[in-house]
Order: sequence, then C-alpha cells, then structure tokens
Amino acid sequence: MTRLVVVHAGLSTPSSTRLLADRLSAATLEALGQPVDLTVVELRDLAHELADNLLTGFPTGALADAVEQVRRADALIVVTPVFSASYSGLFKTFFDVLEPGTLAGTPVLVGATAGTARHSLVLEHALRPLFAYLRAVVVPTAVFAAAEDFADPDLERRVHRAGAELAALLGVASAPAAADRAQSFEEQVAAPLDFEDLLRRASDPRG
Amino acid sequence: MQLGIFTVGDVTTDPTTGRTPTEHERIKATVAIAKKAEEIGLDVFATGEHHNPPFIASAPTTTLAYIGAQTERIILSTATTLITTTDPVLIAENYAKLQHLTDGRVDLMMGRGNTGPVYPWFGKDIRQGLNLAVENYALLHRLWREDVVDWEGRFRTPLQGFTSTPRPLDGVAPFVWHGSIRSPEIAEQAAYYGDGFFHNHIFWPASHTQRMVAYYRQRFEHYGHGTADQAIVGLGGQFFMRRDSQDAVNEFRPYFDNAPVYGHGPALEDFTEATPLTVGSPQQVLERTLSFRDYVGHYQRQLFLIDHAGLPLKTVLEQLDLLGEILPDLRAGFAEGRPAHVPDAPTHASLVAAAGGAHDSTVHAVDDVTGRRAEEVSA
Repeated sequence: MTRLVVVHAGLSTPSSTRLLADRLSAATLEALGQPVDLTVVELRDLAHELADNLLTGFPTGALADAVEQVRRADALIVVTPVFSASYSGLFKTFFDVLEPGTLAGTPVLVGATAGTARHSLVLEHALRPLFAYLRAVVVPTAVFAAAEDFADPDLERRVHRAGAELAALLGVASAPAAADRAQSFEEQVAAPLDFEDLLRRASDPRG
Repeated sequence: MQLGIFTVGDVTTDPTTGRTPTEHERIKATVAIAKKAEEIGLDVFATGEHHNPPFIASAPTTTLAYIGAQTERIILSTATTLITTTDPVLIAENYAKLQHLTDGRVDLMMGRGNTGPVYPWFGKDIRQGLNLAVENYALLHRLWREDVVDWEGRFRTPLQGFTSTPRPLDGVAPFVWHGSIRSPEIAEQAAYYGDGFFHNHIFWPASHTQRMVAYYRQRFEHYGHGTADQAIVGLGGQFFMRRDSQDAVNEFRPYFDNAPVYGHGPALEDFTEATPLTVGSPQQVLERTLSFRDYVGHYQRQLFLIDHAGLPLKTVLEQLDLLGEILPDLRAGFAEGRPAHVPDAPTHASLVAAAGGAHDSTVHAVDDVTGRRAEEVSA
C-alpha cells in the first residue's frame, strides 16, 4: 500500500499548521482514490529527541520510528509555521538529522502557515530550495495559509490542486532518483560487499 | 577474554571544580592510569590518536613505549590509529619498533578518526576517507609480511625494493583490529583479512552494534577464517561506579551533563538506557557488561572508557580499584558457557605459536652468506 507521511511542525493545540496538513492529506487521498497507509509525524512531540540527536548523533525512541517512516515513505506532506521569515528551527532540525539521501526522489508537497500573508514566498524561497537540495521532487503547487486564508475558498482550490499534483507524482517521476535513496543497514548489507572490489575501487584514480 | 581500558586523551575541565588540567598533568595521568590498569590485572591499555586541542593523544607510540618500559604484562594498543592520514610506512616502522621494545605486547586498532580537518592538515582529502583506509592498510599489511615490497598505489609515493625496518618481532606482525561505528566496508575489511573487528559501542544503541558485529561475523566465515562465532570481536564500554548506586549517579551526573560528546543533551537515565553506559554499583556494572554477549555473542575483548569528561585522576584510579574488585567475577562470567571452539583474542605468543615458532626476520644490508652488500647484489 502507498505510504504517505505527513510531517508538521505546528506547536500549539489546536494548530493551524496541523489543520493545513490535514487538509492537504485529505485532498491527496481524495485524488488518489485508493486506500493509503497514512502516518502523521508531530515534530512538537519529538523536540527533546531531536535536540538529543543533534548532540549524540543517533535518533532514539519515537524519533527513530519517525525517521524510518519518512525513509520508507512513497510521498511526504511537510508543513511548517513561518518563524523569522523561514521554516521553524524545529522543522529544519528534523530534516537535518536525516541521513543524506533519505528523501532522494521522494515526491513532497510543501506547505506553510503564518499570521500574515506577507510571508507567503517563504515556500518558494526557503522550503523549495531545502527540498531541492535533499533531492526530493517538490510538486509545483506549494500551499501557504495565512490566518485569513482559512475563510477563503481559494485556499481549498490550492489545496486540491496540490493534492492532485502529489497523487499524480506517486511512483511516476521519482524512480531514477529513488534508486540511490539512503538505505537502512540491513539493505546496505543485503547483498554483501566484496572486498576485492573495494580494494580495486580504492586505488582507482577515477573513483 | 581480554579486559582493558581505552582513553581518548581529552583535556577537559572538571565541571565540579572548574579546574582544567595542563597537558603535562594529563599526559602524566595517562601513564599513571595505564600502570594502575596493569596493577589491578587488566589485559589491555589502548590510547586514541588526535592531532588537535583539547587532546594530548598525538604521538601514541611515544606514550605506549614509555608505559611499556614501566609495565610487564599489559598489552599496549590503540583506539584508534589513523590509517587514513598516517603514512602506512611510518605505522609499520613505529609499531614494529614498539613490538621489539615491549617484547610483543602490542596490537593496533585502525580507525578513520572523527576530526574532519585532520585530513587537510595531513594533505589528504576527506572524501577519500574510506579509500585511504582500504589502500593504506593493504600496504601496511604487506610491509609487515614481505621483506621487500614493490608498491604503487593512489595515495602515496611508490616504493621500489623497500624494506620496512625493524622487521616485526619473531617474524610475526602485530595483531590488528579495525574499528568502525557504522561503515559496513570496515567490517568487510576486518573480515577479509581475518583481523579483529571492534565496535566502539558507547555512543550508539545496542541494536546497531549487534547488526555491525553480525555482519562482520558472517563475512569472516565467508572469507574462510573460521566459523562466524570464531570471529574476533571487541566492544567498547563505559561505566562509573560507587559501592552505593545512588552515590555513583550523583557523583557522575555533572560529568555526564557537561561531557564533550553528549553533554547538555539526553538525560543520564535515557542515555544509560539507550547505550552501554552503566552508572551504578559494581554489581550493576558486572551484570550489564556480561549482558553484552546477549547481542554480540561470545567475544574477545572488552575495553572501557573511564578517564574522560574531566574526571580527576584520583577518581579514575578509584574506578580502577573497583573494577579490580569485580574483575574475577567478570572473567568467570565471560568464561561461563563459552564454547571451547571460540578462540581468545590473538596475542604475540599465540601468533608466534600459530606461525610454527619464532624466527628472527632481520633483513641485513650485507648478505651474511656471500658477504656482498645490497648495492652489489642489485648491480
């Protein structure tokens, strides 16, 4: 079954960031028209473990589970509140602790919330480059919601367009990039290495 | 089963007093700790290698030779030797010399280091770290086993007719361990050569150590060095003990909370649960240590980190006294249920025996038989 993972960095309860994330996942499910294995990762609950990971170098407990869910995801929906003209530190920290290549080829729908519409280009200037760097495939429509947008039918149109774009990308555009997605240790050693080959490659000046 | 300690040689402020030892004090303390390790009956003392403050762990063979001169029994080792940025010719020379001076009480653990700038400081490219480890060790392995080496590789200047001196003591190379926390390539390297594999163990969850060791064991068997359970495995460990476990927690907490690696991060309780760190009574340290076998199998070497994070020398020596008290029980526990076919870690004596006895391997510049000099022979 398709694995869709929602990651959001909303801090309050209830959270408008969570609200936007829920709308985006509902629109994606509707566009897919089939059952999906849906996981929601609330970064607020992982804040301490994220700080620990920065210092110790390894994820523990629920954070380790969340990292593994994201690594295995077929598509991601990521939503952050805007803090100081960018994604929040909590949001960035989660993507900082992922192994390089974790998101290679993964379709990603990006969203952001803020108190004012003046922050709307954060999606294009901060989130899109971040996920481009991580070699994810970001859908064309990024969804921004200021407080007043929650009363505007245009938000719902953008949400549905973005959800449909993510659904359309699932399993289509990402295959070559996903081929070198970061592997778990088990996957790395599923076919054992060959040391003679490592020796040859070590001394190959083209390597 | 070999039991010992390893140090990274950090010069760290004692958070309870605000005092930072001088380099001189820390270097002398390292020697005192090593001598104490022999006194309480440990088998191994290993030092790390760093080339930057706040460490005093550069020039490891100088330290080990000085300790070797003041001890009689303990094996002197490294944790780790930087195979990436150190010329393998110098490693071959330095450790063969140490082998002679200490009558064979030497082995080494290869590692890639954890300080990025060491690569450029020594003229290397960090992106080639793994390749450097593979090629450099391939050369080191030959330098200790072949009297005359012709070599051309990618990372150092070629060698023609080169003899690394002194030749290894009794014609037997020092035993080598390969240390890596997370690179299966290094476990593969250890397995290929039939060398030991050491997992640092202390900063990562047990489940990860278990996977790395299992991979090494499987590949050791694949390369025909024995069965998987005969592979040579070493683990790191970390403890702080007092007779009363609550005293241990109270005394160690400020050192943990301010430790250079994980300080100001996870709570002591969470970290002791996630990693092998044990803070408590001698009985708790004993039981926790013996439980490592549950996930790596019967193994050959257990090293503890006990002198880091600003712990004063007096405290470290007290830790060793307590370790000495549980040492007989640790040895008895590790011997329990250990199948006869599981080997001990190789030592100089066992390697000499396996080679059919000691033979002097001196390479003379003048041919003993014909009396001709090397230049005349090659002319």
